[in-house]
Amino acid sequence: LVPPPRLRELIRTIRTARTQAEEREMIQKECAAIRSSFREEDNTYRCRNVAKLLYMHMLGYPAHFGQLECLKLIASQKFTDKRIGYLGAMLLLDERQDVHLLMTNCIKNDLNHSTQYVQGLALCTLGCMGSSEMCRDLAGEVEKLLKTSNSYLRKKAALCAVHVIRKVPELMEMFLPATKNLLSEKNHGVLHTSVVLLTEMCERSPDMLSHFRKLVPQLVRILKNLIMSGYSPEHDVSGISDPFLQVRILRLLRILGRSDDDSSEAMNDILAQVATNTETSKNVGNAILYETVLTIMDIKSESGLRVLAINILGRFLLNNDKNIRYVALTSLLKTVQTDHNAVQRHRSTIVDCLKDLDVSIKRRAMELSFALVNGNNIRGMMKELLYFLDSCDPEFKADCASGVFLAAEKYAPSKRWHIDTIMRVLTTAGSYVRDDSVPNLIQLITNSVEMHAYTVQRLYKALLDDISQQPLVQVSSWCIGEYGDLLVSGQCEEEEPIQVTEDEVLDVLEGLLVSNLSTPVTRGYALTAIMKLSTRFSSVNRIKKVVSIYGSSIDVELQQRAVEYNALFKKYDHMRPALLERMPIMEKTATNGPTEIVQTNGETEPSVLDTKHPPPVTQPANQVRGVIISKYAGLHLCNLYIGIPPMTAYNKNGLKIEFTFERANPNPNIAVITIHASNSTEADMTDFVFQAAVPKTFQLQLLSPSSNVVPALNQGTVTQVIRVLNPQKQQLRMRIKLTYTHKGSPVQDLAEVNNFPPQSWQ
Amino acid sequence: MIKFVLMVNRQGQTRLSRYYEPVELSRRAALESELVRVCLSRSKDQVCLPDFRLVYRQYAALFIVVGISDSENELSVYELVHNFVEVLDKYFSRVVSDTIMFNLDKVHIILDEMIQNGHVVETNKSRILAPLTALDKMADG
Repeated sequence: LVPPPRLRELIRTIRTARTQAEEREMIQKECAAIRSSFREEDNTYRCRNVAKLLYMHMLGYPAHFGQLECLKLIASQKFTDKRIGYLGAMLLLDERQDVHLLMTNCIKNDLNHSTQYVQGLALCTLGCMGSSEMCRDLAGEVEKLLKTSNSYLRKKAALCAVHVIRKVPELMEMFLPATKNLLSEKNHGVLHTSVVLLTEMCERSPDMLSHFRKLVPQLVRILKNLIMSGYSPEHDVSGISDPFLQVRILRLLRILGRSDDDSSEAMNDILAQVATNTETSKNVGNAILYETVLTIMDIKSESGLRVLAINILGRFLLNNDKNIRYVALTSLLKTVQTDHNAVQRHRSTIVDCLKDLDVSIKRRAMELSFALVNGNNIRGMMKELLYFLDSCDPEFKADCASGVFLAAEKYAPSKRWHIDTIMRVLTTAGSYVRDDSVPNLIQLITNSVEMHAYTVQRLYKALLDDISQQPLVQVSSWCIGEYGDLLVSGQCEEEEPIQVTEDEVLDVLEGLLVSNLSTPVTRGYALTAIMKLSTRFSSVNRIKKVVSIYGSSIDVELQQRAVEYNALFKKYDHMRPALLERMPIMEKTATNGPTEIVQTNGETEPSVLDTKHPPPVTQPANQVRGVIISKYAGLHLCNLYIGIPPMTAYNKNGLKIEFTFERANPNPNIAVITIHASNSTEADMTDFVFQAAVPKTFQLQLLSPSSNVVPALNQGTVTQVIRVLNPQKQQLRMRIKLTYTHKGSPVQDLAEVNNFPPQSWQ
Repeated sequence: MIKFVLMVNRQGQTRLSRYYEPVELSRRAALESELVRVCLSRSKDQVCLPDFRLVYRQYAALFIVVGISDSENELSVYELVHNFVEVLDKYFSRVVSDTIMFNLDKVHIILDEMIQNGHVVETNKSRILAPLTALDKMADG
């Protein structure tokens, strides 16, 4: 009987396949052979067959029929068999298969095996995929091995203990006595894994955290030895002694010192020492410095140390290696709120990074630049940012434009400057501006009363140049509709007034209506603008003609508008001037959503902008048709401005959910709620699912969320739209259910939301 | 913690894959090919994707890609990858993409000695290779 081919031969065979189909055929043939071999209970070649199966599994082919075989291999006495068996178990099995429980006994025996390598295998596998039941059964054995003097086993037992604690947190107490002298080990492998174990315990339990604070002096000593000791061939990496251990210890120190003054003080010296003595010429040194900086920023360090940390980051920014620059920008982003002044000192370097070739660096630099903008540097920064907007990739333009608008709104030194900046953005990146910016800009322009003439003139000139950028066109049409009279009468004070006639203006607007470049929304804007001009211009007949033509337009929206405007001319002409008069100043409600205003040294700055989600929409918002709800049949005119204030629906354990409201036109019974979920803890919340239920008189529709990961430290939000139909106009109540995974454990919470503002359901 | 370790060549074929967090089989193939596409299209050695961060290094035609969680120090993992390659070099004398492929089981054993359950367990080259050399002796003898 021919022995089955070895793994190598199989790989060689598969490599000769020229097509995917050929490969599949070969693999299926081999699988069939392996299957029959398994059925025959062949002991000699089982190991080889399972090895081949693992390879095929890696290529993506199903290998579940090999699971039981792995168990048989584990039960064998030969080390080669066990080795492949355990490997197979780790790759093919997880706790979702019932088969894995059969391993428990084998692992138990192997944990007590006479050969340390077998014990090591068992520890490794248990630590990799042991279920909670297995961990409960075998925790005692792991604990025993944690106290052994064999360093090979001790280090593996430590990591296995980490897994046990994760699966069965109640067992943490059990490992406490074994940790007593873990740190006095000389073996670096054991030290390393012990630090990992201690880190895990401290992160999970505040009691453990306070208990282990007394270890700080010992950790400091170990770290000191690592730095001060001379060359040690065992652990050297590019001239630094065991950088991996150093980094791990620094991280543990960070956790221990976090909210504790005494511990922070105890580690002050060593942190300063590491920061100043570490070689920065190679990546290794920089890795240690990076961890040190993170630690300094997180504990209660004195200000001198913090400045040292930020300066290190500043130096990183000048490093040739892009990785280092990237890492520096990310860290500066995290610290910009708390150490704002220190980061400001490196502003010019950060702004230079906007010109970097690498995409990730540019993005970080952009976010950081926006975070650093304040009243003092707004002009200079805006120049750089607008230059960046001109030349950057399209993927940045939307975020950059939104950021510019936000910053301009907060710190504009003058209204003229503000309008100019907006114009600049609209003309250079007009097609990338988010749709929700259009209502914001319109509101802004309306409220800058003295700039109306200047604004409409500039917008008109921009329209003459280019009608392809829809947001620009929409804002311009709206302005011309509102302030066309100022345009024609040449009242501009800020710059040379242009000479333009009513007919020319109407030509432009009509041009928008027929152009292929205009979207239906834009056409709506143009038509309404033309209509509004009927009370501001004298050429009413021309306008009447245009409006009546569009009464038979194929586009239903345009048709409806035209018909209504026609009716306005014919039957309600006496109301027309009042309906179409100048818009009043709109009140602005507070900004909502993920941006928080932080007060630092008398300056208010926006916090870090999201990378993926747009900045919040300022409240008034949506419809900009400029007409009013009327009881008259056949004349639907809707409210421009619905200022419903946002509310916080849920705020617990670092997860905050805010609701913002809009009313869906044309049905005033539907409230459109957007939820914004943000996470102020240090770890991301993954698999985030938001569910809501309402009383029977309501109907609810939940649209898909923007993502299901809520990033840590308020770095982004998850948004989701809910539509609530409330035909009986009852008080809105909602029960929400939140599920997510945080630091590896699932979290679930139910809450009632009762504090809806009355305007949302009335 | 480390979420996964992958070795892929420039054509997108996976030479080694090890996941320390359960990822469905169907998702893996798509994930791996996307990773290679992303890594190839950038000149930089560090990249961001939703769900996790990537640290990767290129050695001739082979990419070693490590997915890490937010709390991990990327530069440290960068060094770790290099350490891993040095260990492989020490054991196999000269590592090419084919070496990995034909000795997949041994590479897995080495990886297990270095990274367990998503955390680093040993970085000293001789200690990592000790069980493997013992195994070889047992197989010969």
